[in-house]
This record gives sequence, C-alpha cells and structure tokens, in this order.
Amino acid sequence: MSEFLHMGGYAAYVWPSYGLALVILVYNLIGPLAQHRRLRAAILRKARRAGRHAR
Amino acid sequence: MGIKRFFHQMGSPQYFYRVAGLWIPWLLGASLLLLVIGWVDGLVYAPTDYQQGDSYRIMFIHVPAAWMSMFIYMVMAFSGLLSLVWRVKMGEVIAVSCAPIGASFTLLALATGSLWGKPMWGTWWVWDARLTSELILFFLYLGVIALYGAIEDRRVGARAVAILALVGVVNIPIIHYSVEWWNTLHQPATITKLGKPSIVPSMLIPLLIGALAFKLFFFATVLMRARNELLERDRNTRWVKNLLEAEAK
Repeated sequence: MSEFLHMGGYAAYVWPSYGLALVILVYNLIGPLAQHRRLRAAILRKARRAGRHAR
Repeated sequence: MGIKRFFHQMGSPQYFYRVAGLWIPWLLGASLLLLVIGWVDGLVYAPTDYQQGDSYRIMFIHVPAAWMSMFIYMVMAFSGLLSLVWRVKMGEVIAVSCAPIGASFTLLALATGSLWGKPMWGTWWVWDARLTSELILFFLYLGVIALYGAIEDRRVGARAVAILALVGVVNIPIIHYSVEWWNTLHQPATITKLGKPSIVPSMLIPLLIGALAFKLFFFATVLMRARNELLERDRNTRWVKNLLEAEAK
C-alpha cells in the first residue's frame, strides 16, 4: 500500500493531478446545482409576491 | 420519431428542459462509474512505464482533459454557428453553457501538464507552441465568459460570444498540429494520428475509459447549465412558473 502511495517517487506529482481533477469535477457539479437552487428560489419568491398583489 | 421532428422539439425550451432532466442522472451515473474503473485501472493495473516510471500515470488525467478542452471548444463554436446562421435559440444556450466547463478542463490540462513536465522535463512551463496555444485556448474561454457577463441583453451577448468562439476556432488546429509544425518539448501525438497508436493496450484502455468518462461528464454538466440558462432567460414565462410551482408542491 505504501509502495502504491509512493508512486515510484512521483507521488508529489501524480496525486496532486488526480486531486485537482476531482476538485474540478466537483466544482462542475456543485456550481450548476447551487445556481439551480438560487434561481428557483428567486423565481418562486417573485411569483409569490406577484400573486399576493394580484389578490 | 423522425430526426427532423426530434430537432424541432428540442428547439422548444420546455421540451428541452424536461428531456435534459431525464438524461442527466444516467449520463452522470455512467460517467462516474467509468471514471472509477478508468482511474483504478490506470493507477493500479496499468504497468509502470520503462522510461517515465509511475509519473506517466498523470497521462490518464492530462490527455483526456486536453482532448476535452478542444472538444468542448468545437461544441461551443458549432452551437454558436447554429445560433448565428439558423437562429437556433438552443444553440446560444448550449454555447454559453460550454464555456465554464471548457475553461475548467483547459485549466486541468495545463496544470497536470505542469505537474508532469516538472519531473520529466525539469521545468513547470516552457513557452513552446503546444503549451502556449493551449494557454491561449484558456484565455479564449475566459474571454467568452467575460464577454457574455458584460452584455446586459442575453441574446446580444450570445451573438457576440458566438462570433468570438468562431474566430477562436483557428486556434484548434494550431494546438493539434503544434507538435508537428514546431520543435517543441511536448511529445508528438500518440493516439490521434493516422495508423496504429504507439501505446500498449494495458495503458490505452484506461486512457480511453477515462476519456469517455470525461465526455459523458461534460454532456451531463452542459445540460445542467443549459437548464439553468433556460430558467434564467424564461423566468417571466408561464412554463417556468408552472413548472417551479408544481415542483415546489
């Protein structure tokens, strides 16, 4: 296991590469999900306000 | 269902939104599964390289990321072309949704290239043709994002973005052929060349699995962003209000 983590002496280059790939994948998922939640809340808030005024 | 009818229906925001919502979980699921298989295969089972030792395992990230950086750019430019020439509104939505994902994969290609270059070439960076043209690609993506953000009217912004994206297409063959046209530290193409790829199958397979995983991941996330873009653009329309109110119940 420690030999695997050692990556033949290149651990300091190999693991950051995979780590950064993970960070970028997670960012690409969280980003649009958070934006979706924000947008939905904003549109619903506005629709409810408009609905109240109409009554 | 005829292909013509399919494209006609996908041009309707409401229909696109719904169908994209059905595809996203499957695309994401398949992509993450392939990613785990590809990475485990690449990190554990692929043999150590006789020249580069284990440092070459960075390739399983670096090469798919670099392919994606160019593939996403072509999708963005082609969608832009559809929106400019045939006024396909969905083309605008896809084009602007491509840019942040493309920028992030380009950054990944550049950073992993640096991390691979340091132990193999002895330097993080050189101003050679391949590296410089890939850096220009990153700036093109940033330019597209900034330009779209700077223009208030979304339709005008999307048109400007489409033109910029199309002009930037000239950079794509430069990136691809840079390793042939100029003397460079970067190694020439191993896979995307005519004839047999000069790589053993035990290394090629995890590379291709990883590349497919990234591609499916891009399709999933570009649809997620396109759905948001549609909500934003159509926020005052009935279909958006009906949809969100139905979901909220």
